[in-house]
Amino acid sequence: MSLMREMNERALGLGVPLNVHLDVTYRCNERCVHCYLDHDDHGEMTTAEIKDVLQQLAESGTFFLTLSGGEVLMRRDFFEILEYARQLKFNVRIKTNGVMIRESEARRMRDLGVQQVQISIYSRRPEIHDAITKLPGSLKRSVAAVRFLKSQGLKVAIANVLMTVNMGEHAGVQALAKELGVIYNLDPTITPKIDGDTSILNLRIPGSELNAVFHNKNLVGDVEEFCAPPPSPDEDVMEGYPCSAGHTAGYISPYGDVFPCVQFPLPSGNVRRQKFIDIWRNSPELNEVRSIRAKDLPVCSTCSHVGTCSRCPGLAYMEGNMRGPSSADCEKSFQRTGILSANMLRKAHASVHGPLIQIQPLAV
Amino acid sequence: MSEKYIARSSQIAARMLGGEMMVMSAVDSTFFTLNQVATAIWQAADGRTPLSEIVARNVCNEFDVDLQIASRDAEQFVDELSQHGILMVSDRPFDISADPVEAA
Repeated sequence: MSLMREMNERALGLGVPLNVHLDVTYRCNERCVHCYLDHDDHGEMTTAEIKDVLQQLAESGTFFLTLSGGEVLMRRDFFEILEYARQLKFNVRIKTNGVMIRESEARRMRDLGVQQVQISIYSRRPEIHDAITKLPGSLKRSVAAVRFLKSQGLKVAIANVLMTVNMGEHAGVQALAKELGVIYNLDPTITPKIDGDTSILNLRIPGSELNAVFHNKNLVGDVEEFCAPPPSPDEDVMEGYPCSAGHTAGYISPYGDVFPCVQFPLPSGNVRRQKFIDIWRNSPELNEVRSIRAKDLPVCSTCSHVGTCSRCPGLAYMEGNMRGPSSADCEKSFQRTGILSANMLRKAHASVHGPLIQIQPLAV
Repeated sequence: MSEKYIARSSQIAARMLGGEMMVMSAVDSTFFTLNQVATAIWQAADGRTPLSEIVARNVCNEFDVDLQIASRDAEQFVDELSQHGILMVSDRPFDISADPVEAA
């Protein structure tokens, strides 16, 4: 077992929120077509409130802290927050579009010991990237930010969200990442808006494209291994928990709302009314999330993919049931292995075996 | 043998988990966990206290370890962490002000 995995297991046993994602703002200077956030400010936490939360997180044992948004640099106090987080010895990762990062910001991030900066790039062609962000010149500025950060010796990752409008662009972005000497992460996940609006889900790439991505050795490495049929689930799998959300990972919004994960908008408390550790330990919602084991999932526990599926309980929750399947992940498992999920088989069965006779009262 | 002074690098993340200290370098992402004795040395590494005094006070007194053995182990520990830039070592005290909000 790797040291990191061992620490995660220990944190799980001790009930420690080892990883916390804190969105410091939802405001943003881009208007990405797939974004799940509302960019108005509905009363963000003040600098003092955020510092208090950071102190509470440190006392709760949080080690990995992701600072994200919105665009983090839309907050004028961002570096004050970052400096405080580093004084508290968090391992800090920053997610940003990079548009506001110049040499001085990059140097400051380096001096403050930031672990990694992740910048979103959708295409290496400005006409596509800038059309997604709706900010003219954004690709040029984001790529410049990557260079500034790299020149300071910082670890940088390019996040490439894949959707219908940039489907054919991943090879170009991957090549760009290689040229810049940075990590490349491809993500085909599009989530509903945080208010439940599902209109942006039509940006999800079709199954055929997902299939091509999963069978591309440049993206997944060993295709045979990546796309292998799932092994039969054993007792460890059935007694296991679906993901780290609510177990060792949590999310805090700019308004102090606590959720199991940024992709799991189950309101579990607010740090403006309660101490974080009290929410973490005692929230009925988080305790419910923590109580769920794979064997408790009514459909997924019968699925051959149960041990290897990327099932996101947050996406399942947004589909209506945190114990239910996440259709997007069913599709991923199917496209990866060619084996239908239990949920897909159930739906296919329902469509074939629909009612043969429908009786309706005669309108009089 | 000349005295050694040790100070924690500012380019690290650290947190106590279940009695052990997790330490990660922001420079090369090296990840360490320190046992209780190493954690005691780490926490005392203020850049002003000589290593010999840290070993005598924070290791031998607290953990009932022989001074000679503790000193040898501490030297090895300091060498290893300094190679990864996690601890800074000098033959004179460091000029550093105390962290105002240290929580690790």
